[in-house]
Amino acid sequence: MNNSADKIIRLENIVKSFDDEMVLKRINLEIGDKEFVTLLGPSGCGKTTTLRIIGGFESPDEGVVYFDGKAVNDVPPYKRPVNTVFQKYALFPHLNVFENIAFGPKLKGASGPGLTAKVQEMLELVNLKGFEKRSISTLSGGQQQRVAIARALINEPRVLLLDEPLGALDLKLRKDMQLELKNIQQRMGITFVYVTHDQEEALSMSDIVVVMDNGEIQQIGTPEDIYNEPQNAFVADFIGESNILDGQMLDDYYVSFSGMKFRCLDSGFLKHEPVDVVVRPEDVDVVSPERGMLIGTVTSVTFKGVHFEIIVDIGGFKWMIQTTDYVENGSVIGLYIEPDAIHVMKKSEFSGMFGDYSTFSEEMEHLSDTEEPEEE
Amino acid sequence: MTSTRTKKVSVTRSLLQRFAAAPYFFWAVLFIVIPLIFVAYYSFTDRDFAFTLENIKAFFTPKYLTILLRSVKLALLATLICLLIGYPAAYFIARTDPKKQKTLIMLIMLPMWMNFLIRTYAWMVLLQDTGIINGALESLGIGPMRMMYTEGAVVVGMVYDYLPYMILPIYSIMTKLDHRLVEAASDLGCNPFAVFRKVIVPQSLPGVVSGVMMVFVPSISTFYISRKLGGGNFYLIGDAIETQFNSNNLHMAAAISFVLMLLLLAGMFVMDRFSDNSSGGGLMP
Ligand SMILES: Nc1ncnc2c1ncn2[C@@H]1O[C@H](COP(=O)(O)OP(=O)(O)OP(=O)(O)O)[C@@H](O)[C@H]1O
Ligand SMILES: [Mg+2]
Repeated sequence: MNNSADKIIRLENIVKSFDDEMVLKRINLEIGDKEFVTLLGPSGCGKTTTLRIIGGFESPDEGVVYFDGKAVNDVPPYKRPVNTVFQKYALFPHLNVFENIAFGPKLKGASGPGLTAKVQEMLELVNLKGFEKRSISTLSGGQQQRVAIARALINEPRVLLLDEPLGALDLKLRKDMQLELKNIQQRMGITFVYVTHDQEEALSMSDIVVVMDNGEIQQIGTPEDIYNEPQNAFVADFIGESNILDGQMLDDYYVSFSGMKFRCLDSGFLKHEPVDVVVRPEDVDVVSPERGMLIGTVTSVTFKGVHFEIIVDIGGFKWMIQTTDYVENGSVIGLYIEPDAIHVMKKSEFSGMFGDYSTFSEEMEHLSDTEEPEEE
Repeated sequence: MTSTRTKKVSVTRSLLQRFAAAPYFFWAVLFIVIPLIFVAYYSFTDRDFAFTLENIKAFFTPKYLTILLRSVKLALLATLICLLIGYPAAYFIARTDPKKQKTLIMLIMLPMWMNFLIRTYAWMVLLQDTGIINGALESLGIGPMRMMYTEGAVVVGMVYDYLPYMILPIYSIMTKLDHRLVEAASDLGCNPFAVFRKVIVPQSLPGVVSGVMMVFVPSISTFYISRKLGGGNFYLIGDAIETQFNSNNLHMAAAISFVLMLLLLAGMFVMDRFSDNSSGGGLMP
């Protein structure tokens, strides 16, 4: 982790309300120079608002925004070393693709063949070669999004703010652009503050992930930290699939849930402290009932390509388990859980909000996965 | 959905649309097309309704061309002043909070509800040698100034009458202006003045084009204002039409109108080309 000397942006106790509704509740966040930081959270949790405060388009009701250690609350957007890829692109309809991308450099006096070459380079980067003469209204959403990326990147800002910049792209293009953006970020040494509600995107691209909900930061950490050591039930549920169980810490390294006692790697809790226990679906081994630490009945089996996703009823609690071995629907199986597959969390306001997989259905899953960031 | 189905829907809709549009179509023919045909017919005929080009030829003589030139000059001047006053006015009204906007627009439109003869007479009272303005100037020791019966007075009359036609289309487009574009420009390094120049002005051009046409067209064909405020010294094309009409030379009146109309249409066409307002938002289709 960087020490605070090379933090380029610092948000201190940021509070922001719209119409008496507090949408940011004391946000504290440090962003290191040249870091790829992602704000991740469900729709309406305040990601865009946080980004707009960094960009200078919104001023916080309370708190201070620091750039390089200097408070910039009163610095207007055009004087900040920041460029933005807006959630709704915000391309200039009266200018064509070339003119849109050249907008920033032209303001700084660039012109002639140098500028043309630079714009061409950007167009190539975002896979839009030959589009320079096109008018904005003739572009698809995905193409507009890529023009918006090029328009911001060409300025080589120290910090680039990206608000769901790949939201309108199809899966294939999105994966390509993810790699491309990550490359650009590393090659040009730009600090990226990236907003998304796609957890896979966040985990695969970021140095640091900031999980937000309801105007509050739930956890800050590396993708591995966030996935393996979620701080509360919200994070565990939001990032990846999780079985979140009601448990009790018996002693250091011993926890009980589902009526059984398990060895684990967690310590430092009070004796008999109620806790939330997370077990990831891929960390559970399917074994014969005799060898199982837990025994249950399979209630659904779905083929997922690489693995099967099965739902297992154990004492009324429906577990989700991913396994490469085929099991028969309705069969009785045993589950084996290694100590390092168990993650114990303190109880939080989110405890009990995320139940088991009994209401789980493929359709629901599908819907929430393809949810477009169309609404505002 | 299958393609045949789509087709069917669109056919029914277009039939329906045509049906619904029928009264308007009838109306347009009755009150726009037929009168225009009459104007054209009268332009190319003499008192005995025999075909002639004399009326048109008469227009292209120094007498009428001088009048036309003067009309164009005064109308352009009035349009320019309307633009200079109207654009900032529209901009600021669009920026005030929406509740006040309504009141302000009401105030802009209020004079339009008064008969324009009365408005013109009001200006006579104001501008007279012994009028209110001169009275005030006199008491300040600047002395009475000749304001009535000058070109300036005619232009003032036109500006006063047609200013709302400039403000309204520009205002309407300003309120629709996408604030996110303003943010994007400022994000890319524009200070507020540059934002205005590079985003707000280009975006509002269609409104400006509408406004210019809506002021210029009535200005150039205005009559009465010039006679009352200009004292007959600044005979305009509208006055010429009226004179011919009153002296019962309908054919010459029609010819002047016809040529003026063609010139205006040509002008509009050029303007439209020049502004290429695909984004729309102005009052012109
Ligand atoms: N200008 C505004 N006026 C009033 N409420 C606002 C405004 N901007 C945002 N909000 C509210 O603040 C909350 C947070 O909004 P924000 O745009 O930051 O969410 P988000 O995390 O970016 O969501 P999404 O993923 O849908 O883009 C929402 O409840 C939103 O309705
Ligand atoms: Mg958002």
